[in-house]
Amino acid sequence: MDTLLLSRIQFGANISFHILFPTITIALGWVLLFFKLRFNATGEHKWMEAYLFWVKVFALSFAMGVVSGITMSFQFGTNWPGFMEAVGNIAGPLLAYEVLTAFFLEAVFLGIMLFGARKVPNWLHTTATFLVAFGTTMSAFWILVLNSWMHTPAGYELRDGVAYATDWWAIIFNPSMPYRQAHMLLASGLTVAFLIAGISALRLLWGDRKESVKSTMRFGVILGAVLIPIQIFAGDMHGLNTLEHQPQKVAAMEGNWETQGNVPLLLFAIPDEEARENRMEIGVPNGASLILKHKADGVVPGLNDFVAEDGTPLHPPVAPVFWSFRIMVGTGMAMLALSWAGAYMLRRRGAEHMPKLMLFAFSGMAFSGWLATLAGWYTTEIGRQPWLVQGVLTTKQAVADVPAPMVLSTLIIYLVVYAALIFAYMGTVTYLAWKASRGEPLSTRKYPRSGEAEVAAIPGE
Amino acid sequence: MDLFGDPNVWLPFTFAALMGVSILIYVVLDGFDLGVGLLMPLSEDDEKDRLVASIGPFWDANETWLVLAIGLLLVAFPVAHGVILTALYLPVAVMLVGLILRGVSFEFRAKAPITQKPFWNAAFFTGSLMASMSQGFMLGMYVMGLTWTLPHVIFAMLTAVFLTVGYSCIGAAWLIAKTDGRLQEKAVGWTKGGIWGLLLGIAAISLATPYVSPRIFDKWFGFPELLYLAPLPILSAGLLAFLWWKLKRLPMEGDRFAWTPFAAIMGLFTLSFGGMAYSFYPYVVPEKLTIYEAASAPESLIIILAGTVFVLPAILAYTALSYVIFRGKATELRYD
Repeated sequence: MDTLLLSRIQFGANISFHILFPTITIALGWVLLFFKLRFNATGEHKWMEAYLFWVKVFALSFAMGVVSGITMSFQFGTNWPGFMEAVGNIAGPLLAYEVLTAFFLEAVFLGIMLFGARKVPNWLHTTATFLVAFGTTMSAFWILVLNSWMHTPAGYELRDGVAYATDWWAIIFNPSMPYRQAHMLLASGLTVAFLIAGISALRLLWGDRKESVKSTMRFGVILGAVLIPIQIFAGDMHGLNTLEHQPQKVAAMEGNWETQGNVPLLLFAIPDEEARENRMEIGVPNGASLILKHKADGVVPGLNDFVAEDGTPLHPPVAPVFWSFRIMVGTGMAMLALSWAGAYMLRRRGAEHMPKLMLFAFSGMAFSGWLATLAGWYTTEIGRQPWLVQGVLTTKQAVADVPAPMVLSTLIIYLVVYAALIFAYMGTVTYLAWKASRGEPLSTRKYPRSGEAEVAAIPGE
Repeated sequence: MDLFGDPNVWLPFTFAALMGVSILIYVVLDGFDLGVGLLMPLSEDDEKDRLVASIGPFWDANETWLVLAIGLLLVAFPVAHGVILTALYLPVAVMLVGLILRGVSFEFRAKAPITQKPFWNAAFFTGSLMASMSQGFMLGMYVMGLTWTLPHVIFAMLTAVFLTVGYSCIGAAWLIAKTDGRLQEKAVGWTKGGIWGLLLGIAAISLATPYVSPRIFDKWFGFPELLYLAPLPILSAGLLAFLWWKLKRLPMEGDRFAWTPFAAIMGLFTLSFGGMAYSFYPYVVPEKLTIYEAASAPESLIIILAGTVFVLPAILAYTALSYVIFRGKATELRYD
């Protein structure tokens, strides 16, 4: 294998591993703030219990996200020096703002949020919780701005192959940015909704009947049921935006070879790039035309429009984009079905008497958000190939001239470490749930109801 | 924009200074984190939790200075970022794996089943060791001009050992300030035991730097440059002597002066760093690429600087707040 492919696999592996954890922490930060505010408002112990359990998952996820994120900032230099040389004038400030406005904020206040509960007043602890959630979201904002700019660059001019910023407003609010922001933040919310519902379901299955578990079960199911239709709508809007700016990506997502009307929505097919056709197609007639153009004879762009004179394809590899897209949508549909069925059961029977089968289904879907998120990112990122920055820089132009065996050796090390850590992470989250459902107290501290009992509680401390 | 003269001159200089400060802060702050990690095997099982507790609230923010430093290199000197990191491909990978292991072990050792704790303690140490050694190695290679020849690699291996011992020294000094009782007494011993790393590390780099480059040689031993540089070795020697003298007397009644070894080593790191910055300026890739040649476009640098001017004081302020909140002796890490 050559350096280019190995470097792509390596960066792909790193960023895939990395995104799993921010996807959890972005939304979980806000969920923790919600638990904490509920506790502040009601004084009900179950909210503090929920907070204390999920803050552990948050801390673990956060550490995983931090260390894998550092890896990527170095890989820009070690593997993709051409990226910063060509578009550093744009990417640089965006990354710098991420570090300055997000990384320090979340890192410092994380320390206070995690370990400061006994050392600072409650209002400061709540503020720290807010700032951590805010920091993770800011971090997502800046990095998604940069990523969106790589898909739909705007506000720049090229001089001797180097991009110079001309309009920062246009760079930040580039055409795909609002859609990508919405889609990713909702994805984070859904990932956390299903994680919370899944782990709570597992604890209910283990016979844990604490109020906090029932509350988090309800919380997860309802959050999922509310967010998934919004996500389907946002995803559709994002798709239409992609159709406008990156039609070749949509053509690959639909597996559509010829630009034409009445294009079916393919449920199954094996795209064959050699023959430039699909095998074993199963589709809904006019489906793709209806979704993308809102009429049955709407014209959908085809892959054959994106081939150079000499026959080199200028479109992304079809099969991976086609399949990732289907995995993402399929997972989303499963989420819709389960969360709505779950919400219905909650209404009829309550969290305590959910059918066992349904609890099993939720536990099984605990990490389904990861699957959908990864599949979605594969769709959009592989869908941008062969470009690194659409129309500006190809992936090939940016790669470092590092010997292939060297890249291979680091790739193997990273893969081993990442595989082991994912295994340890999922195992430890499950173990924490098991330990909590065995009734081990999360706290020995007496919490005063905020504002009321603080004076009375001091002698007990 | 021409307020301070030519932006093609003052902007690269400002960013080089910011990057230098970030690296220095990183080396001091994560230096003590990594150092504490290195001391894990020397401590008893019941002391390990206190070692971790002494750095628990800080390590993540400390590591962020590395992200800022590498980020500034990336955004302000993109060409240099590529040249330096591709030249240091393998040690960078070792450092990253080390930082990954170190960072996650913090969490796993406290959250995974208790039977796994020795494993994650070992991973915590191994990660700290890999990160320290590779940073020392990169330092040596950088001094040697980033060329991979056998003598250079041998030199870099020596600096790897010296920096690692140096980190363990500042880590132990941190523990003197953050612990008490028997562990504090031990920490005094560990600090003493690490001084040779500081001494040899500073000596090795001071001897090698002028030897590698005639330009730096002239900068050091020309006249009157010799006079400008003279305070560095004199102050360093003074600090080393002070450190040795103080460590013989610590711990003292009422825990007085427990913070002085850490402050002294911080001073040593700063002086050494100042010396290196003086020597290598104006080059960012030694003897090949100056900060002025490698800098990004001024219109991009100015927009980063505008944000930095406002945000950096805030960062420093809330970082200080966190050190104030977690001042005093390290206590058990609790979420409630």
